[in-house]
Amino acid sequence: MLTNGFVVAASAGHLNTGDIVFQLLMFLILLALLKKYAWGPLMGIMKQREDHIAGEIGAAEQSRTEANKLLNEQRELLKQARQEAQSLIENAKKQGDLQRDEIIALARTESDRIKESAKAEIEREKEQAVAAIREQLASMSVMIASKVIEKELSVADQEKLINEYIKEAGEGR
Amino acid sequence: MNHEAPIVEFLGLHFNLANVMMITIASLIVFLIAVLATRKLAMKPTGIQNFMEWVMDFVKNIINSAMDWKDGGRFHILGITLIMYIFVSNMLGLPFSIVIDHTLWWKSPTADPVVTLTLAVMVVVLSHYYGVKQKGVAAYGKEFLKPFSFMLPIKIIEEFANTLTLGLRLYGNIYAGEILLTLIAGSLATGVGGHLAAIVPMLAWQGFSIFVGAIQSFIFVMLTMVYLSHKVSSDH
Repeated sequence: MLTNGFVVAASAGHLNTGDIVFQLLMFLILLALLKKYAWGPLMGIMKQREDHIAGEIGAAEQSRTEANKLLNEQRELLKQARQEAQSLIENAKKQGDLQRDEIIALARTESDRIKESAKAEIEREKEQAVAAIREQLASMSVMIASKVIEKELSVADQEKLINEYIKEAGEGR
Repeated sequence: MNHEAPIVEFLGLHFNLANVMMITIASLIVFLIAVLATRKLAMKPTGIQNFMEWVMDFVKNIINSAMDWKDGGRFHILGITLIMYIFVSNMLGLPFSIVIDHTLWWKSPTADPVVTLTLAVMVVVLSHYYGVKQKGVAAYGKEFLKPFSFMLPIKIIEEFANTLTLGLRLYGNIYAGEILLTLIAGSLATGVGGHLAAIVPMLAWQGFSIFVGAIQSFIFVMLTMVYLSHKVSSDH
């Protein structure tokens, strides 16, 4: 207090000690009241905002990394699905090829079989037809022969022939 | 000019009642502004809350320019209160002054050396208190012997000089501003010619006084933080 005492004593005649005390007291009271009612809450809200922003930034960062992770996962899944589809198609193709070959082979054997049986049938029919023709031919030739024979054969010859036939027939039996 | 002060003796202390009244009024105004501005606090600041937050950031920047926030954070509230109180005090004497029977009642409380020196002494005492608290007595004492031990007397004188300049700078600026305003106001009252001649200087000087008052409150807080950082910071 020496210093300001010196100054004030020069200007006012005596030191206003009361002012000093009052000013100090008022300022301290003001400080305490403002701390409690104004600056404290204001600082609180500013701190709160700071925390809020920091939290939001953290959350955004987190959700971003999460989204990235999900994206990668999805991408991986898509790739996998594509691969799976590809392999499925390939398999199906292979299966189809196999089936086709099988069917073709089956059809081929079937057709072969049908051809064979048709051939056999034809052969049989042919044989039958040949046999029928042969029979008919024999009877017709007999008929012609008998017609021819009827005209030129004498009774004696006829007799001889008949006997010959009878004999033949007897041997054939 | 040379108005008398309403001095009353009470409990052996001399009170200048004008000072007492103006200190009370200034404190009340600061309190009302601060409390009314912080009634409706929101995460999304609006209106006056923005202004108060700007003041807080402003003081925070002053502190940050002087020292680490780690050391200076505790002086934030002191700084805000100081800057608002001094600013309001500086402004109080500008619009008018009230003189009753040659006794000056309405003036800036900071236009009195007792008031400004009280604030200055408070700041310097606070700086020594935090210096001891922060560093311990031995390290605090050693600061007076740096950089050379023979500079001890200069260092001690520096402390008193700091106090005096801090208080008297504020007092001088505001007191001189009010004296000039009183002179111009005296001219305003002399008649039509004096009135016309005084209008422009009155406007100019009042505007300049607002500027000076704002700058002085800023400087006071700035120097407060510088002195505090000299004592508190350990990095020099």
